[in-house]
Amino acid sequence: MNGVEGFMYPNEIGLQWSILIVLYPYITGLVAGAFILASLVRVFRVEAVRPTYRLALLTALSFLLVAPLPLQLHLGHPLRSPEMYFTPHSSSAMAMFGYVYLWYLMAVLVFEIWLDYRAEIVQKAQSTKGLLGLLYKVMTLGNFNISHEALELDEKIGWVVTLIGIPSAFILHGYVGFIFGSIKANPWWNSPLMPVVFIFSAMVSGISAVMLLYMATTKIRGLKIDVACVDTIAMYLFYTFIIDFAIESLDLIHRIYEADESFRSLNFMVHTKLYIPHIVIQIMLGTLTPLIILATTQLVKFNETIRKRLYVIAGSLILIGVFAMRWNVVIGGQLFSKSLLGYTTYKLALITKEGLLVAIALTLLPLVFLYVMVRILPPWPEKQNNALASGD
Amino acid sequence: MKMNRRQVLILLPAAAIAWESLMAGTPEEAPNYKLSDHWWSMLIDVSKCIGCGNCVRACSQENKVPEGHFRTWVERYHVDDEHMTEPQVISPNGGFDGFPAATDDSGKYFFVPKLCNHCADSPCTQVCPVGATFVTPDGVVMVDRTYCLGCAYCVQACPYGCRYIHPELEVADKCDLCYHRITKGLTTACCENCPTAARQLADLKNPKDPIHAFLRTHNVQVLKPQMATGAKVFYNDLDGSVH
Repeated sequence: MNGVEGFMYPNEIGLQWSILIVLYPYITGLVAGAFILASLVRVFRVEAVRPTYRLALLTALSFLLVAPLPLQLHLGHPLRSPEMYFTPHSSSAMAMFGYVYLWYLMAVLVFEIWLDYRAEIVQKAQSTKGLLGLLYKVMTLGNFNISHEALELDEKIGWVVTLIGIPSAFILHGYVGFIFGSIKANPWWNSPLMPVVFIFSAMVSGISAVMLLYMATTKIRGLKIDVACVDTIAMYLFYTFIIDFAIESLDLIHRIYEADESFRSLNFMVHTKLYIPHIVIQIMLGTLTPLIILATTQLVKFNETIRKRLYVIAGSLILIGVFAMRWNVVIGGQLFSKSLLGYTTYKLALITKEGLLVAIALTLLPLVFLYVMVRILPPWPEKQNNALASGD
Repeated sequence: MKMNRRQVLILLPAAAIAWESLMAGTPEEAPNYKLSDHWWSMLIDVSKCIGCGNCVRACSQENKVPEGHFRTWVERYHVDDEHMTEPQVISPNGGFDGFPAATDDSGKYFFVPKLCNHCADSPCTQVCPVGATFVTPDGVVMVDRTYCLGCAYCVQACPYGCRYIHPELEVADKCDLCYHRITKGLTTACCENCPTAARQLADLKNPKDPIHAFLRTHNVQVLKPQMATGAKVFYNDLDGSVH
């Protein structure tokens, strides 16, 4: 009956959180990860990955702009959502969303991008006419001072903003993990490790996304991929992935060894309803395979072409694996009964408000935003160098 | 019609009786109700429940509960000696239509009515991002339908499966202990319609409420005590296999 096996409490049969709530942590994870990659350049001075710096920031912003949309679409009364800002419930973790989001959007990302692009924005405001020129003029915020001293000050402030941005990125995504991890009613979610697992998987997915975007956009523009850059990204990706894998394994081993009252029920679910998305896609395809590929690239000196291809395969698999992880958390956490006596089924609709088509559109929307932003604020390293040279 | 003094005097007692009869069915006026004088809970005597489904039907009718959702429901447990911790549980349509006859003679059968536990430390009110769900000063967990976003976080946070999103109103919905009735001196629809008095509304702040004597003298438990929610629906003779 209704895809139910065993006993579900009667109100549990239909799932409350759909694929849109899967997308939300996936998208915010990409934001946090992309920003961490950018911080490698700004704070940790890893010059090799500089070609991806601006692209990483714009990618983070594009995805961040889309992040609240799946939540809004999911709400029964989306027009009431501003109440979270005006009358937040202080004991609710979810009530912090608006503030965390706004802080990260305005105080970190937009501010850092503005500081980094300011010199070019001013130059374009003076040289471009028409609507685009007006847009650049507005983006200067009335400040046309691009003297050497002013730009030096921008650089210093930008460094501080990035420094603040790193814990902010952790808060942005750790908070998402906390939303799930703090629910004591749900043993699949309830774990203090959940925010940490979310943060590291976010870093892995965001770094992969920017690496793939950099390779794709460079190829589309007919330029040569900076192999030293992608080699360095792959190295950091590998190390971050090892930490992510270790923490997720710790969580898994702890659950298996502890084997509390929920273990039998969850174990059955993982081996039946979640077998494909969890065991096959998340663990085998999305974790072990890319981990082995990345380890191999660190140990064996392949030629450039093979290395690049291996990075593309590993990055793509990681993105699939992290999406599967979000799916398994959100959907998996609702497939079993809180009575621990039964299981239900998630029916993914196609063209409803929370259906597959909307989910696909929301996944692609950040790329549309990124395309527009890239047209207005080109992130390409060679153009940055040219612009600064002409500015001097 | 013209009446003389004698006719009026004869009719007055009849009018008084009629008026008294009318008032007997009228609940106490809400303005007389003092929130601080009450702390509502419910007592459920598992051994008295016969699984008739009267409570589910009464609740559904009283509160216009949408089809396929339940503010209260009844579960039937079948526990045999070999599977003490793995009971066979059914609740067809929440017990709305009663239960089919048992076919297996082994083990024991019993019914467990469920509803919102009106927890004193309720996880659902904790997680609500706008405070649309709240505990009243008299101990009832309520939802403000004009304020709820419909995010369903409270549904996820309830350990007992008592909440759902109302399919038409798109807000969280649950048992409110018939607040519109109990604040007027009536009992809940489910308690009123229980033929065996298996469910009884109780006021923990009322020293004369028989629940105090009952709690002192019986083996009473709450569901999932490990959740530490301060549940206020008390079960007498609750079997250890109940989830």
